[in-house]
Amino acid sequence: MKKERTRIEHDPFAVEQREWKQRQSKERYKQLLTIISPIFLLLLWEVMSRTGMMDIRFFPPPSAILGSFYKMIASGAMADHIGVSLYRIFAGFLAGVIPGIIVGLLMGLYSPIRHFVQPIVMALMPIPTLALLPIIIILFGIGDLSKVVTIAGSVFFPVVINTAAGVLNIDRIYLDVANNYGAGKVQFFFKIALPGALPVMLEGIQMGQAIALLTIVAAEMMGATSGIGYLIWTSYKAFLLKDMYVGLILISFFGYLFSLLLRSLQKKLLPWR
Amino acid sequence: MSKESKIEIRNLTKAFYKKQASVTALDDISLTIEDGEFVCIVGPSGCGKTTLLRILAGLEQPSVGDFEIHSEMEGRPLQSMVFQERGVIPWLTVKENVAFGLKMRRMPKAHIKERTDYYLKKTGLDRFSHLYPKELSGGMKQRVSIARAFANDPEILLMDEPFAALDEQNKFILQEELLSIWAETKKTVVFITHSIDEALLLGDRILLMSAQPGKIIEQIHIDTPRPRTIEDIRKDPIMAGKFVDIWTHLQHEVQLSRKEYG
Repeated sequence: MKKERTRIEHDPFAVEQREWKQRQSKERYKQLLTIISPIFLLLLWEVMSRTGMMDIRFFPPPSAILGSFYKMIASGAMADHIGVSLYRIFAGFLAGVIPGIIVGLLMGLYSPIRHFVQPIVMALMPIPTLALLPIIIILFGIGDLSKVVTIAGSVFFPVVINTAAGVLNIDRIYLDVANNYGAGKVQFFFKIALPGALPVMLEGIQMGQAIALLTIVAAEMMGATSGIGYLIWTSYKAFLLKDMYVGLILISFFGYLFSLLLRSLQKKLLPWR
Repeated sequence: MSKESKIEIRNLTKAFYKKQASVTALDDISLTIEDGEFVCIVGPSGCGKTTLLRILAGLEQPSVGDFEIHSEMEGRPLQSMVFQERGVIPWLTVKENVAFGLKMRRMPKAHIKERTDYYLKKTGLDRFSHLYPKELSGGMKQRVSIARAFANDPEILLMDEPFAALDEQNKFILQEELLSIWAETKKTVVFITHSIDEALLLGDRILLMSAQPGKIIEQIHIDTPRPRTIEDIRKDPIMAGKFVDIWTHLQHEVQLSRKEYG
């Protein structure tokens, strides 16, 4: 029994469903853009270097870089370089993050410690750890240890500062709640200080992760006999630019991967946000 | 007074010292609150009512004078506070928030569970017990805060404008819920508010405070029989009279402080 007038849509759910579908397709479109953008960049690079718009000697096309990556894997050298760099990154990262968290928490919780340590941290932070690399190499040798120390030294600062700030920025009212309900020192630490500081602390760790990658390349370029940074440096000196780009792209890939891992860790640790 | 006293406040004075302008937040307050009494403190903002509550809560020390909360039962906490809206801890679930005081006092697990479940149910939070506060409305958050205080089973309850941030409808609902829980436990309550309606509905006695120096300038007994509802208060002509009474008192206070500072 259809009348003429029912041509106009009257079902509110149908209207909402249509809008919902539109929103969904918009979301998909945005996701697509995110996936396309790195591919677009690589394609542009490929085209420009193949057509001669960019100097192929300095900017070899990505397909050629991929080719030399396969060759390097096949020769077995690649796995060693990646392995040794990852080991240094992880060890250095942990050696910087763990003391950073401990010192940062102490600074946040005890104001005399904060007033004593803060000037030292602020004075040491602007000194690039890399500038100390010659001394670090004399003290710790040319092997893994000197790289681990260099990375740890760079990672420590953002973590320490963010952890202390995280504790200090906890809303005072939660301290009152803990006090009023009779929280002891240990309970205060585990129920209020640590979880309350965690969001800002994790931002510091995220920053530390990026710094670890920046540092490893530079440290391995200056004094190492293996690793991705060493690969980049020796390829550059021999003008094997394809090999050099393999190293750079690897670093970029690991940086992206670690960021994703830390983000998902963040979501797990902060379900309340 | 026939009942025995629960809280005794003697010559309590609190001054805040600053280089430029020192302030007397509380000026020589002496007060006795009976066991099971629901006392509302009403006053203009900045009159020191929150300072008084914070001193009773052990969060601040008086400059001069002291107070005593009579304990009835060994091992019971003296007081628990219901904070304003932000007092619910965001990284603990609803259940963990309600259990907070009991956990801090290291009560046996079974006891914690029993008391927590009871008050979750009582406040209608049992369906939300595993959610984090960010997923709750303002009214629900305040239910968590109230459940946390009652679950802790203190000698007295302190409430710092717990409903100030809620919309009217939610406020009425929560006020009546609070009264029904309170009627069951008959705890002594000190309740701070700037809403005259709220004080008339909840209180056995209303204390009016003046600002700077913070003093109690008037006491009003409310003997309307309980259980009360907001309709009872609004319809009752005696209550309407009391409302106007308090209103003129506060108005006078605000005007005075305006003259002094303006």
